[in-house]
Amino acid sequence: MTTEFILNNKTIRTSLSPGMSLLDFIRYEQYLSGTKIGCREGDCGACTILIGEPVNGGMRYKSMTSCVTPLGNARNKHVVTIEGVNFDERLNPVQQAMVDNGGTQCGFCTVGFVVSFVGYCLTAEKPDVEGAVSAIDGNICRCTGYKSIERAAADITVMLEGKDLENPIPWLTEAGFLPEYFNGIADRLRKMEQPKKPVNGRVVVGGGTDLYVQRHDDMLEEEIALIFDRQELNSIHMKGNSVVMGASATATDMMESDIMKGIFPNLYAHMKLISSTPIRNMGTVGGNIVNASPIGDLTAWLLALGTVITLKAPDGNTRSMPLKDFFLDYKVLNKKEDEIVHSFSFPIPDKDMRFNFEKVCKRTYLDIASVNSAVQMKVEDGIITHFCMSAGGVGPTPRILPETAAFLIGKQPGTALLTEAADIIASEISPISDVRGSSDYKRLLLRQLFFAHFLELFPELINPKELV
Amino acid sequence: MKNIDSHGHVTGRSIYLDDIPTQRGTLYSVVFDAPVAHAKINHVDYSDALQVPGIERIITHEDIPGENQIGGIIPDEPLFAEDEIHFWGQPIALIVGTSEHVCRKARSLIKIETEALPVITDPREAFAKNQLICPPRTFKMGEPDAVWDACTHVFEGRADSNGQEHLYIETQGAYAWEMENGNIKIATSTQGPTAVQRTAAKVLGLSMHNIEVDVTRLGGGFGGKEDQATPWAVMVALAAKLMHRPVKISVNRMDDMRMTGKRHPYSSDYKIGLDEEGHILAYEAMIYQNSGAAADLSPAVMERTLFHCTNSYYVPNVKATAACCRTNLPPNTAFRGFGGPQGMFVMESAIAHAAHEMGIPARKIQYKNLLKDGDEFSYGQIAEHANAVKAWDDASRTYKLSAIENEVRTFNEEHHTEKKGLAIQPVCFGISFTNTQMNNARALVHVYHDGSIHVSTGAVEMGQGVNTKMLQVAMNTFGVSANRVRLDTTNTTRVANTSPTAASAGADLNGKALEIACTAILGRLQKVAAEKLNSAPERITLKKETVYIDDAPTELHWEELVMTAFSHRVSLSEKGHYATPEIHFDKSREKGHPFAYHVYGTAIIVVKVDCLRGRYVFEDVNIVHDFGKSMNTIVDLGQIEGGVVQGIGWMTLEELSFTKEGRLLSNALSTYKIPDIYAVPEVIDVKHLETAGHELAIRKSKAVGEPPLMYGLGAYFAIQNAVKAFNPGYLPKFDAPFTPEKVLLSLYEGKEIGVKSGKGALES
Repeated sequence: MTTEFILNNKTIRTSLSPGMSLLDFIRYEQYLSGTKIGCREGDCGACTILIGEPVNGGMRYKSMTSCVTPLGNARNKHVVTIEGVNFDERLNPVQQAMVDNGGTQCGFCTVGFVVSFVGYCLTAEKPDVEGAVSAIDGNICRCTGYKSIERAAADITVMLEGKDLENPIPWLTEAGFLPEYFNGIADRLRKMEQPKKPVNGRVVVGGGTDLYVQRHDDMLEEEIALIFDRQELNSIHMKGNSVVMGASATATDMMESDIMKGIFPNLYAHMKLISSTPIRNMGTVGGNIVNASPIGDLTAWLLALGTVITLKAPDGNTRSMPLKDFFLDYKVLNKKEDEIVHSFSFPIPDKDMRFNFEKVCKRTYLDIASVNSAVQMKVEDGIITHFCMSAGGVGPTPRILPETAAFLIGKQPGTALLTEAADIIASEISPISDVRGSSDYKRLLLRQLFFAHFLELFPELINPKELV
Repeated sequence: MKNIDSHGHVTGRSIYLDDIPTQRGTLYSVVFDAPVAHAKINHVDYSDALQVPGIERIITHEDIPGENQIGGIIPDEPLFAEDEIHFWGQPIALIVGTSEHVCRKARSLIKIETEALPVITDPREAFAKNQLICPPRTFKMGEPDAVWDACTHVFEGRADSNGQEHLYIETQGAYAWEMENGNIKIATSTQGPTAVQRTAAKVLGLSMHNIEVDVTRLGGGFGGKEDQATPWAVMVALAAKLMHRPVKISVNRMDDMRMTGKRHPYSSDYKIGLDEEGHILAYEAMIYQNSGAAADLSPAVMERTLFHCTNSYYVPNVKATAACCRTNLPPNTAFRGFGGPQGMFVMESAIAHAAHEMGIPARKIQYKNLLKDGDEFSYGQIAEHANAVKAWDDASRTYKLSAIENEVRTFNEEHHTEKKGLAIQPVCFGISFTNTQMNNARALVHVYHDGSIHVSTGAVEMGQGVNTKMLQVAMNTFGVSANRVRLDTTNTTRVANTSPTAASAGADLNGKALEIACTAILGRLQKVAAEKLNSAPERITLKKETVYIDDAPTELHWEELVMTAFSHRVSLSEKGHYATPEIHFDKSREKGHPFAYHVYGTAIIVVKVDCLRGRYVFEDVNIVHDFGKSMNTIVDLGQIEGGVVQGIGWMTLEELSFTKEGRLLSNALSTYKIPDIYAVPEVIDVKHLETAGHELAIRKSKAVGEPPLMYGLGAYFAIQNAVKAFNPGYLPKFDAPFTPEKVLLSLYEGKEIGVKSGKGALES
């Protein structure tokens, strides 16, 4: 099978394994050595590239870490490496800002930052420093302490003033951010032959963000099935009284979805706690769930919403179950080997329903939780009428806390009640000590996050001085 | 002047080890390493691995023509394990094949049978069992035992600081090939090209002149490539010699983290005595360094711990003893600060302990005891140009310390679930290799007859901007523009017998050597100019590419001057040699004058702790730093900002974790967290302390690599102060890093909460 795409300004047709990591293809097959290898697990951003695809007559670019991207996911897209945004005779303004501010020391991470910033230039709708910094939230630098890079971000923001949001690419090429060839990419991609059949093997790969970390050495030779770009699995839409999310919708899709924004007022702040921009651009909701991690962030999120998961068998038959019943034991799922996760649906909450997501880890951003928790609850006339809280990192599977809910529902929230409920929580969990924290810590932390849910959602009902 | 390498960095055109174009026939390699921490090797079965298509050879200790020995200071570390394994991750064999992929596949098929031996991971246990790398050393001044009784306050306690993963973003790697006559060339990512050359010669059974080592640049070093870049380079050199093919290794991140040593964890006991006003009268420390399984640089690191055990303070009676304790962790090694930060942490802990007991802020004690001119360090050097008080006062004034104190107090009164903590961190750091003989360097300069200039020094560029500083030295000495000067790679055939680029001394030592070389050529050019212009050499200067007589420009341009010298058969090449004057140290007495000078500074750190969740953010880090006369403010600012963030990382998020069996748990970027852009202080402000600079610093611009890391120590104490503000029942402990876990447990220590199996107070 062949994979066809555009790499910078060059059309690529390759019959190499679609499971090869895009990073290896770029560096060792195409000899483009600007893209660096730092960790090979999407945690440092040294290998950041942009992947673009035609959308509504234009192009939509996203940053991704090429180390965990299967080559096959580049199909019919535009892959941009640092070499693709270099000019012969001068630096582009992003590069110039990094030079001027001393934003580079050893330089090994620098290319990743530059590419992420170029991605920001392409996507930014209201350029500001916060947004520019957010675009590099997946890039790790060990030398600079980031301050010089923040100063570069501020400069870049200024240079984007006046950006034409309708026609960003012509504006960016005119302003010298991008080489001319970018203007022709959308047409070239549209003319590219669509693949005749999907890549369909034994190992199902979505965004690759977990599989390529866990089984990196195997993926080159695996027979893989690529589902990242299957349209039927990508959408987020309303159906009746429910929201339906395809298994291949990414965390970014969730974050940018108008439906989600309408339901979750703190969507941006909460989603920011989950991985990083490039990983959110790649990581799928289905992948996060099917990975069965006891501390999957989206798992915790969806559990609190009373989500139903739908699986699809090769014969096309589907079956559904409450998500809470999907996790049987540590990394054991209620799923047959040949079934794939198809979609998720949860009831559209009414306007009095409130939602909160909490996550604590060593590093607040771009880290895996020690404990995470989401809650959906409703207080009517001073009485808790709905309470569904999930907890991750406190047992072999992500879970909801039914006994705590049963205890709370029908009661009036207050300090004494919450303190009593904390004891019930303690009886519902069984955390172990590991690299993410001791069991004592996780117990204490979940208690704190439980309190945090109330303090965040009903600050008027709780006196923190009595509680904490 | 901007960093001259930055154009290459932002365009991806800079060449790191893995970017070197490979030669035809290049083979790739992967290390097979020990799967246990301490054991006898009974048998290793390579047969299945050798069947993997693409595998060319598996090299073990039996294939070594020279010595199986890579120990630098003490010959106690084999390149490949023979009969015994001493740490988890110890190299046993090198698998060589047509791709890294096949080598990794082969590695998974190697079977090893071992017989377990007892594993030690705790340095105190190692000490108790007399597992020492070398005899302990003691620095002593005055007689603490004679003054304890005279002290109003005496406190004893324990301070622990964990190790730190270097996490250079470019992992270890090397590429070697055979040249004519059996000579070997090694391209490698090392801070110590000569160490690689010497060790490769020893292992391969060759002489140093048979080995050429070339280093273009490092994607980060931080000490992690001072000694520990050597084994990989030696392995591929060995493979290239045995196989007559180019062989490369680019160590995978998890392999790198598992197999390499880190900053040394330390565990120490301290005793501090103060008078009523808070003057420190006596200080005693027993310091256990977790050296890991072999010496590596541990004895030298331990020595610097002793040099810096009293940080910026004058203490009249000191007795500090340190021991390198052999454990079954990977041999720990150099890391920015080189043992200094660990020693200072003990002192700062002792002060914080005293302050807590005395019910005063630590800064009252800190300030009262700052070093002044004429004060003696425990190692006999007398403080000169001591800027400790000056830096503190300047910081206090510039950043309005009393206003910050008020602001923190008010905030804490008004907020319950959030508390702020303030700490001040003075730093005093000695510049020079503590091993006096290493304080020398050379530089080679060619002026080509078209006027362009080629510079080689022994300094390795790893992001610290030494190339830029070297270029500044050359262009300023010759009075030419930057584009005339090229900084070449660091290569053992151009500059020999180098000390590693380390100890913050790279720019000083190599810059001085370069200045000597350039000045010698300049002297000859002045003579040529004087002859041509009928003047005297001493009246000639070079500025703006033009010859000046008595500060008046002439018609004679740089290019013409050089061409004239060339046609007059004047040498346009020079090698400069520099050895730091004045320094000496007598190890038999542990006294001397080991440092060319000291660098001083003060940081004011404010943290805000979320007392509900145990998270924290650093709001402001305000620093007054003694740069001397900074020769490059952009480069030097970058060193301060990067250093302080690395120090804060060590004190907060970065948590090395080993099982008691000696297996590294924090073995990837997903489990070992260094600061990301949101984890760094919201504001880092750096102000230059106005000083005259130091003659022994290059162009009076003081060394800047390591000192700022130690500002990060204050992060620990700032958090601790915030915790104290929330939980009066908290008993201060000194056990870095202060992770969110420790913060939360400290916030609720002693409080009645129902989170354990039953109700009860959390243990302290």
